Amino acid sequence: MRRVTLKATGLARVLPGAVPVTLVRDISLEVTAGEFVAITGPSGSGKSSLLYLLGLLDRPSAGSVEVDGQPTADMSGDQLAALRLAKLGFVFQFHFLLPEFSAAENVMVPLQRAGRLDSRAIAEWAAGLLAMLGLADAADKRPDQLSGGQRQRVAIARALANDPLVLLADEPTGSLDSVNARIVWESFADLAHKQQKTVIVVTHNAAFAAAADRRVHLVDGRIVSDRPATA
Amino acid sequence: MGLLARIALAHLRGRVRQSLVSVLGVATGVGFFIAVAALMEGSQRDFIATLVDAIPHITIRDEFRNPAPQPIRAANPDAAVQLDGLKPKDELRGIRNARARLAALDSISGLVAAPSLRGQVVLRYGGKDMGVSLIGIEPARERRVSQLEADLVQGRLEDLHTAANAIIVGTVLAEKLGARVGDTLLASSAAGIRLRVKVVGLFRTGVMGVDRGQAYALLKKVQVLQERPNVINEIRVKVGDVYQAAVIARDLEARLGYRAESWDEANEGFLDALRIRNIILYSVVGAILLVASFGIFNIISTVTYEKARDIAILKALGFAERDIRWIFTAEGLVVGAIGAALGWGLGYLLCRVLSQVEITLQSETRTLPLYEAPAFYALALGFALASAGFAAYLPARRAARLNPVDIVRGAQ
Repeated sequence: MRRVTLKATGLARVLPGAVPVTLVRDISLEVTAGEFVAITGPSGSGKSSLLYLLGLLDRPSAGSVEVDGQPTADMSGDQLAALRLAKLGFVFQFHFLLPEFSAAENVMVPLQRAGRLDSRAIAEWAAGLLAMLGLADAADKRPDQLSGGQRQRVAIARALANDPLVLLADEPTGSLDSVNARIVWESFADLAHKQQKTVIVVTHNAAFAAAADRRVHLVDGRIVSDRPATA
Repeated sequence: MGLLARIALAHLRGRVRQSLVSVLGVATGVGFFIAVAALMEGSQRDFIATLVDAIPHITIRDEFRNPAPQPIRAANPDAAVQLDGLKPKDELRGIRNARARLAALDSISGLVAAPSLRGQVVLRYGGKDMGVSLIGIEPARERRVSQLEADLVQGRLEDLHTAANAIIVGTVLAEKLGARVGDTLLASSAAGIRLRVKVVGLFRTGVMGVDRGQAYALLKKVQVLQERPNVINEIRVKVGDVYQAAVIARDLEARLGYRAESWDEANEGFLDALRIRNIILYSVVGAILLVASFGIFNIISTVTYEKARDIAILKALGFAERDIRWIFTAEGLVVGAIGAALGWGLGYLLCRVLSQVEITLQSETRTLPLYEAPAFYALALGFALASAGFAAYLPARRAARLNPVDIVRGAQ
């Protein structure tokens, strides 16, 4: 039986206000290591909100999230940050690379923050990640010297820097051309299948979603279908 | 260099011009803080030195700080006593047993004392009358307790012995009377005695009140003029450490019973004025640093606004709120530290320039009194770092509280 890396139970997120807005409701989900999951749905269906809840960036109004068997409901902000640093990796639609740092330095940021390796090992590890994503020649370039696809792959390398259990990506191919989008998508598939990472990707692209192992479809904040993508 | 520090410096390098303006603001504040502090402390020390030289460190007078309690009150301390028709006792003024007390003071290590009789007289010369405080002294003892001899610009202290009724007056008094050394003045006391006195010397202390309102003659002559033979109404004391004068004065007062007034108690008003001057000047200089801290607040606020996406991704990557606070507070502290370092140089240069400025006071030309101390540099650095740190902390705290989800949603 595969290891459950992420488990959501009865998740709901309501934005308070004069007219409360429900982003997601009653969502229960289990994802295992090596699984490549695509979350799909129309705009406003709560895909990104669900991803942020699963990634511990947002706190649920109801329900709970467990990461690698650890309940997170009672954790402080700093504890959640430490858990994100150790076990989760994020990729967003925009790369959000630090503009003053080179590609390699951007990848080294989470490694240096974690402080588990010495500076030489950190540099070697970052170089290895960039090489794995086909960016060996771009290590010393700043983000403004890279193409859109290269930037997004640097962002993926950064998300993988601390060897996370779970990689969460929010529309990672949304700002890329079709060639670069396919390269990025294939990278995710490789990470899940070859490195046994849990990869959860929000996407609008039906073709890409079909290439995942599992497709979770949301409408109005609820899961309306959860089945193998190829089915 | 640590990761957080590298991020902080990268942010500052991204806004070179704004950072430079903030650094210059802090440098200006720190530089002027050091220069003004040196000038204030120098002028204050100079003023106090002049004052301390011009007057006795402690003056013991033939008076009491508190009136003696009525015997009936002393006998019934808890009773409600009303006394009517009281008349003060006609005390014989003067310090009793003065010579014995003087000897007792001389025996205390670190103290020297001199007797004197002080009384008001009117000096007349050329139809002009000036009321002065005439102090009867013994020159041999006087030179042990006062700077009178050093302050003489004409004549010598021994000259008081050379003429029959010799007097030494202040330069300002002599100028107002139009008298010079060798002239004879008419001195009239409240006792109705008149004496012709000859000016044998002039002194200048630099304290206007002393130079205009005091004169010195032999103790015996003043006792005759005041019609108070063998009476001493003041014992003037010199101490080793002038800043301990108040403590010693309290001790002497407790021993002798007579009021003992230290130089700083006697000039409390002046010293209060100096304190107020210090507060005002430090406030003005502090305002410069405050304005500089507004600049730091502005730049850090701008950077946090511009770097909202960076903050979001750093938090998503697992940076804690305290990391974010640290990054932006460090940016302010870096600006403060660089500004303070430049300000030290500016302050040093300003002190060098000020030390060359010459001023002319009472026909005496001298340079501005400066007192430079490492403490001023440390104080300026501390103030600069504290204001910079506080100015940066406010936007840093706000940045740390940013919700990454809001920023990511906004960006997308």
